[in-house]
Amino acid sequence: MSIPTTNKQAVEIGKANKRKYMLEKLSSRIFLICALLSVITLLLIIGFVFYKGAHPFVAGGYSFIDFIFGTDWVPSEDKFGIFPMIVASIFATIGALIIGVPIGLFTAIFLAEIASKRLAKIISPAIQLLAGIPSVLYGVFGLAIIIPFLQNTFGLVKGQSLLAVILVLAIMMLPTIVTVAETAIRAVPQTYREGSYALGVSQIGTIFKVIVPAAKSGIMTAIVLGLGRAIGETMAVILVAGNSLIVPTSLTDSVRPLTTNIALEMGYAFGTHQEMLFATGIVLFSFILILNFVLAKISAKGGN
Amino acid sequence: MEQLKEGKSIINVRDLNLFYGEKQALFGVDLAIHEKEVTALIGPSGCGKSTFLRTLNRMNDLIDGVKITGDIVINHEDIYKTNDVIKLRTKVGMVFQKPNLFPMSIYDNVAYGPRMQGIKNKKELNNIVEESLRSAAIWDEVKDRLKTSALGLSGGQQQRVCIARAIAMKPDIILMDEPTSALDPISTLKIEELITNMKEDYTIVIVTHNMQQAARVSDKTAFFLNGEIVEYDDTDNIFSTPQDQRTEDYVTGRFG
Repeated sequence: MSIPTTNKQAVEIGKANKRKYMLEKLSSRIFLICALLSVITLLLIIGFVFYKGAHPFVAGGYSFIDFIFGTDWVPSEDKFGIFPMIVASIFATIGALIIGVPIGLFTAIFLAEIASKRLAKIISPAIQLLAGIPSVLYGVFGLAIIIPFLQNTFGLVKGQSLLAVILVLAIMMLPTIVTVAETAIRAVPQTYREGSYALGVSQIGTIFKVIVPAAKSGIMTAIVLGLGRAIGETMAVILVAGNSLIVPTSLTDSVRPLTTNIALEMGYAFGTHQEMLFATGIVLFSFILILNFVLAKISAKGGN
Repeated sequence: MEQLKEGKSIINVRDLNLFYGEKQALFGVDLAIHEKEVTALIGPSGCGKSTFLRTLNRMNDLIDGVKITGDIVINHEDIYKTNDVIKLRTKVGMVFQKPNLFPMSIYDNVAYGPRMQGIKNKKELNNIVEESLRSAAIWDEVKDRLKTSALGLSGGQQQRVCIARAIAMKPDIILMDEPTSALDPISTLKIEELITNMKEDYTIVIVTHNMQQAARVSDKTAFFLNGEIVEYDDTDNIFSTPQDQRTEDYVTGRFG
């Protein structure tokens, strides 16, 4: 039984609902604006960097090929070649991967599969804390510990080198790799483990033949994210790289990766020099874009 | 239980107690399981039948804080004293409640166990895979798609591949933990037929919730209640003339 409503009551209810609908609309707009803000910021950064960075090639008559493959960077003589920096960035990232990925992966496996709950509860937060340390402190650590160590071990005059960069980056990528890979390994259904153990397979056999393959896409994601961290790192690298403008031929050579080039010179650069630093940013940005593309491919594959 | 002494027992359980931390889940279980027979374990949820099954291949070792007293002798070896879990599990296979094939091809799933035992010869592996799939009555359905993902099969097919995977290890005993509870009636029927055929070669211990299933496939039935075996006898006797009032109440559906 419904109670008959008078016209007046109906109007009152209508008003109250109208306000509700208004509020609905308003809040969804606010959410939309917040979401758009980050997209707009991204577009602005890209637009600005590309506008500034492309200028010398479009209007200044500089060759982009010479920029990428030129080996001389002498702004005062109008020479802008970033090939040594590209090579340094790639070597440093690959080197960091070679050291960081196995350590990170084994740590993740240990935490997710082997360690007792109590031990994992101590190690996991410690690794997450590692991610929260400001990167300049990694640089200071590298400067105070790794560089003297390299100088003593290899008898170098100057410890700032590609190897120092690799070691610092490897440490810095650990938290990302460990956390993401651990999550992926933990997500492997317990039934897979049981199935493997029930066939008389040892724990280590189960880990490498069933669990790691099952967590493959998550582990690949971990590696790509770690890679992104390594290639974009600036502050810590400045302190340990040595910043020499040569194409590195050995691990003990002093290097200048792309990021440090921008950070070191942007403060005083102007004119074409400044625009060339933006162009360096374009190259760096392209690396990151390619990585993200790879990442998207991997996660799409993992979704199936 | 005297009549059970005849026939050759392959599993002998004596005074088995099991604790999850402080909580006791099995109380003084005694059981002799006979070779090349199907033994069904029945009882209401939480009565300890699955827990008991998992002591037979030491799967409970995976759970923290499980403590066991008593003896389980399989093929004259006390499995909790010899401590060779890997060898035990190659001799005592297991099929789980839900099909748990690995995310790899059908072939790789069945070949997984033998490969991990060190068998690398391709021809030998091919033979093992074919034989196992034939024994599990699934060969004809999958022979043209051995290299495709096992997870693309239907639930019933997957479960039969799981049985093939267990058979590939050439075990003496196969444990089945409610193997049809996640399957439709037709798949269930196929698995039951398979079980009946398999007892020529294997000793099978099956946990089931379904009393008709126990009646259909098993030779002996043990009725579990609150962590104890109330009654253990030929399946026919359990369902026609149970000795214990509680068994009668359960098999006639008065509780559970």
